[in-house]
Amino acid sequence: MKVRFWGTRGSLPIALTAEQVLNKVAAALHVADGRRFDDMATARAYAATLPFAVRGTFGGHSSCVELEFTPPTAASHEYFLCDLGSGVRPFGNHVISRHGAHTPNTFHVFVSHVHWDHIMGLPLFTPSYLPGNELRIYGCHRNLEAALRRQHGAPSFPVEFDQLGASINFISLTPGTAHQIAGVKVTPILQLHAGDSYGYRFEYNHKTVVYSTDAEHKLDVPAAIERFVDFLRDADLVIFDAMYSLADAVSVKEDWGHSSNVVGVELCQLAGAKHLVLFHHEPVSDDAQIAVVEAESRRFETITRDGHRPLAVTAAYDGLEMDL
Amino acid sequence: MKLNAERRANIVILQPVGRIDHQTADAFSIALAPYLETCNASGDRLLFDLSALDYISSAGLRVLMIATKRTKPVGGQLAVAAPQDMVREVLEITRFDLVFPVYASVADGVRAWSGDAGVG
Repeated sequence: MKVRFWGTRGSLPIALTAEQVLNKVAAALHVADGRRFDDMATARAYAATLPFAVRGTFGGHSSCVELEFTPPTAASHEYFLCDLGSGVRPFGNHVISRHGAHTPNTFHVFVSHVHWDHIMGLPLFTPSYLPGNELRIYGCHRNLEAALRRQHGAPSFPVEFDQLGASINFISLTPGTAHQIAGVKVTPILQLHAGDSYGYRFEYNHKTVVYSTDAEHKLDVPAAIERFVDFLRDADLVIFDAMYSLADAVSVKEDWGHSSNVVGVELCQLAGAKHLVLFHHEPVSDDAQIAVVEAESRRFETITRDGHRPLAVTAAYDGLEMDL
Repeated sequence: MKLNAERRANIVILQPVGRIDHQTADAFSIALAPYLETCNASGDRLLFDLSALDYISSAGLRVLMIATKRTKPVGGQLAVAAPQDMVREVLEITRFDLVFPVYASVADGVRAWSGDAGVG
């Protein structure tokens, strides 16, 4: 099983500025310290040894994560996605490059909530324009279909929702109930966020992945903590909203509906989860800042482990692929 | 979790002992409540002596944040002192070291406040 991150940024897509790229190039040249590279392959191999925040970027597409339960071939495939942020656009182009435009595919899409950054990619998701494809869009919000229809058509977009060529169906899920979907056990959970959000626990072939974004954890009611810990129990991978520092999340940004890296580590420790992925990065954070949060989260996990199962921690980036 | 208290003029030194985690944060909050009542511009200042605190979780830190938010508007002052290495790191990682002053020792905290007007 694989997990691919197509969009990892919170609230709003961002892009590196020219100044930020210039600073990365300057940092790489400074570290290279006069080294000579005879060809691009050698230069690239050296670049790959540089710190991630220098050689790469965490990226700027908004939320979209692909869960690959079975490996796709050129034939028709059933894809699983979490959220339809701007990251779904490169995902759609990747699918078409794999299958061509005429192979019918099914896309099982699980929507955490209908805030714009989680649905904005659908109008530019090319497979939704192609007859033969099917989008099965799952969620727990009663206004899910209305929200997706509203962003298509005038005055916001030149194509009406009903002009889309794919078959698009909306399926309502019940929080706290396990649903069998194309052979995968999927359980939603209600989360604290303006207008509500839902996390999803996916279980397939003895592997468990939890997608939990846009969720605030108040930490004041032990029963609520236990409820969420049960949801994360023994997960192989937990994709977690780590948008703010803990101090911000419980002070100036309290009730903004997001969580922190520290709470992610603590909940995963209590649940015995194996790998925490920091997700929904704050749009004002640059690559160096996110790299610091990742390093600090690993350190926090180490110094607070105290008998808990060791927990790996990774900051998600656009293009990250993980094997489970 | 146990909370010891000692008064030095208008500085109340509060010493939590043991662990403050999701299970004990509520008890910490209840034990702390009476001291927040008198923490204001003309009243007491609260200095947390963390030397006997082995661990504090996000739930415990949230209690300290609530204490800060409650006392700051009325001119109250709150600081922490003498954290063990692990707790000091937790304060830094969570950015709580930006929320209130962190002194290396209780004596440093008392000295810092003793220079201010209003501390006898």
